[in-house]
Amino acid sequence: MARLEGFLARSLLHELIAALGAGGRRVIGPQVRDGAVVYEPLESEAQLPHGLHDVQAPGRYRLEQADTPRCFAWADGPQALKPLVFSPRERLWTSERAEDGALRFRESAESVEPTAVLGVRACDLAALALQDQHFLEGTFPDPSYRARRESLFLVAVHCTHPADTCFCASTGDGPRAEAGFDVALHELDGGFIVSSGSPAGHAFCGMLPLSEASADLCVSAEAEVDQAAAGQQRSLPGQDLRTPLMQRLEHPRWAEVAERCLSCGNCTAVCPTCFCHAEVELPDIDGRSSDHYRQWDSCFTEGHSRLSGFVVRPDTRTRYRQWLVHKLATWHDQYGRSGCVGCGRCVTWCPVGIDITEEAHALCADRT
Amino acid sequence: MRGSDMSSQPVSPYLPSEAEIVERVEESPGVFTLSLRLTDPQRRENYAFQPGQFNMLGLHGLGEVPISIVSDPRRPDLIDHTVREVGRVTRAMAALGPGDRIGLRGPYGRGWPLQEVRGRDVVLITGGLGCAPVVSVIHYVLRRRDDYRRLVILQGVKHSADLIWRDRYQEWAGLADTQVLLAADVGGPEWAWGIGPVTTLLGQAQFDRAAAAVMMCGPEPMMRAAGQALEEQGVGEESLWLSMERNMQCALGHCGHCQLGAPFVCREGPVFPYAEIRTYLEHRGF
Repeated sequence: MARLEGFLARSLLHELIAALGAGGRRVIGPQVRDGAVVYEPLESEAQLPHGLHDVQAPGRYRLEQADTPRCFAWADGPQALKPLVFSPRERLWTSERAEDGALRFRESAESVEPTAVLGVRACDLAALALQDQHFLEGTFPDPSYRARRESLFLVAVHCTHPADTCFCASTGDGPRAEAGFDVALHELDGGFIVSSGSPAGHAFCGMLPLSEASADLCVSAEAEVDQAAAGQQRSLPGQDLRTPLMQRLEHPRWAEVAERCLSCGNCTAVCPTCFCHAEVELPDIDGRSSDHYRQWDSCFTEGHSRLSGFVVRPDTRTRYRQWLVHKLATWHDQYGRSGCVGCGRCVTWCPVGIDITEEAHALCADRT
Repeated sequence: MRGSDMSSQPVSPYLPSEAEIVERVEESPGVFTLSLRLTDPQRRENYAFQPGQFNMLGLHGLGEVPISIVSDPRRPDLIDHTVREVGRVTRAMAALGPGDRIGLRGPYGRGWPLQEVRGRDVVLITGGLGCAPVVSVIHYVLRRRDDYRRLVILQGVKHSADLIWRDRYQEWAGLADTQVLLAADVGGPEWAWGIGPVTTLLGQAQFDRAAAAVMMCGPEPMMRAAGQALEEQGVGEESLWLSMERNMQCALGHCGHCQLGAPFVCREGPVFPYAEIRTYLEHRGF
C-alpha cells in the first residue's frame, strides 16, 4: 500500500519531471492538443494543462480556463494508458518467401523505451490491471504488451475534479488511486503530497526535494478526494449486473438504443479496457516479404463477427448488446469483475451522447 | 522431451512455423484436403493434437484462417485439414499443391471428449461442412473400436451433391455396430437417403438415449433443433457436445472476435459441453 513520502512544493514540480526523465527515460504527461488533454511526451512543466478544467457531458468535451494554479484539475481526456501498452497498431511478425518457395517467419523485435507517465488516474490504473489480466495472465502471455507494460513507471494523481460523466466511485475504481502506481500525488494549491506504492517508487522519491507533509495538509487532501467521490452524479445500478443483464437479453431497450447508436466504435476506441484487435497482412509490393500486423478493432463493425457464411451480429441492436453485456456481465465470468472502471469516456466521446449508466439503469429497472 | 528445446520454439505465440503440403486431395468441387508436415524436425517431433482442435493456417501475403484437424492424433507428423473454398485465403489455398509451403501455428482449443466418453454409444450429428471436425471422431472411434459401443453417424447437407466422402459413408454403413443416416434438403439423382433436415433422421437412429455421447457440428439452427429433439427423446444436456464456429483471428484468446458470450471459442472451445453455451445459443447475436 501507499507509503507517505513527503511534500513537494509546486515551485519544485520541475524537479520531479527532471527526475522522471533521469537516465534517458521517456516522460509522458498530460498536455493540451486539439482542445483536449492528451498524454504526450513531456519536456517541461510549462506544457502541463495549467489552470484548466474539463467540462464533460454526453457527447461533449470542452476545456475551460479556471482561476487555479493547479495542473491536474481535470478528470480525463480521450486517452487512457491503453495506447501505451496495447498499441493501436503494431507489427507482430514478418514472413519472407525465398525463390524456392521456402517461408521464414521473423518476429518483430521493436525496442521499447523505459517510460514514465505523469498524471495517471485511478480509473486508468484499474483499467490497466484489467488489460494485464487479459494480455498477460492467460495461457499465452502477450510479449509486446509485456515489454511495454514492464517499461512503465507510473505517477498517479488522485482525482479531485471528476467530470459530470465520471462514475468511478460507483464502480469502486476511483477517484483515489489505491494500487498499481509507483508514485501517487495529491495536488493542492501549494504543491503535492507524495506517496510511493512500489520499491521503485520509494527509491524515486528519495531523489526528490521533499519536505515533511503536515497532518493537516494530508487531511485536507484526503477530504478533497472524498468530496470528488461524493459529488459524482452518475452511477451504475450495481457493481455486478451479470444476472439482471443476462435476464434481459431480449429487452426492448436494445432496439431502442440501436435507433440512436451510430455503431461508430468511438466508445470502444476510448474505452480503457476494450481489447479487441484485428490481424491484418501488409505484403510488400515485390511479394517477397509480408508484414503481419494487429490493430484495434471494434465489436461495432460488421467484420468483427463475420464468418464465411454469415455475420453473427448483423445489426446495431446485437452489436450494442454485445458491447454492453460483455463489459458489464460476461466480463465477470472472464475476469472476476466488471469490465467498466467508470471513466465515463464512452459517454463523453459518443457522438450522440449515449450514456452507459443510463442504458444500464433502463435495462435493469423493470422486471421483464 | 516435449517442448524442452527452447531454441526450436517460437518466442512469440503469434509466430507461425513453416509447413509443407505433402498431399492434396480434391474431396468435391470446392472442398479439398491438405496433408501438412512441419518442416522443422524438432517442431514436428513436439507437435501433438486432439481431435476437434484446430490450427491457424497462413498464406504468405494473404493472412491466416482457422481450420480444424481431421487426421488421427496417432500420426501427428502428418496433419490433415479439410478446407472449403469460401474466402480470400481459402480460395488461394485451393490453388496450392504438394511441395508448396504455408504457415502453421497450433493446435489450439479444446477438442472432443473422446477419453471421457469411452464405453458409450457415440452419436455424431453434422450439417454441411460440419462433417470435417467430426470426421476426426469417426476415424478415432473406428481405430479404437473396442473402446466404444455403437457409432451412429447422422449427416445433413443442403443438396445431395454437397455430400463429400460419399464412398466413405457407404463403407462406414457396412460396419458392425455402426449406423449411417444421411439427409439432403434437396435430393438428386441416385440419392437413396432421406430428404429434409438432419433432425428428421433422429427417430431412426438406434442408440441408447440414456448413455450415448452426442457430438454435433454444423449450422447453429440445426444444432439448436437437434439439441431440443434429443432432449425430448431423453438425452440429457450433459451428454451433448457442440463444435462452434466464430471469427478467430489470433487463436490465443486475445483478439476478442470469437467470444460466444463469456467463453472464447478459440480457447474454451471450439468444442463445448452444451450446458456451457446454451444460453448464448438461445439468443441470436452472441
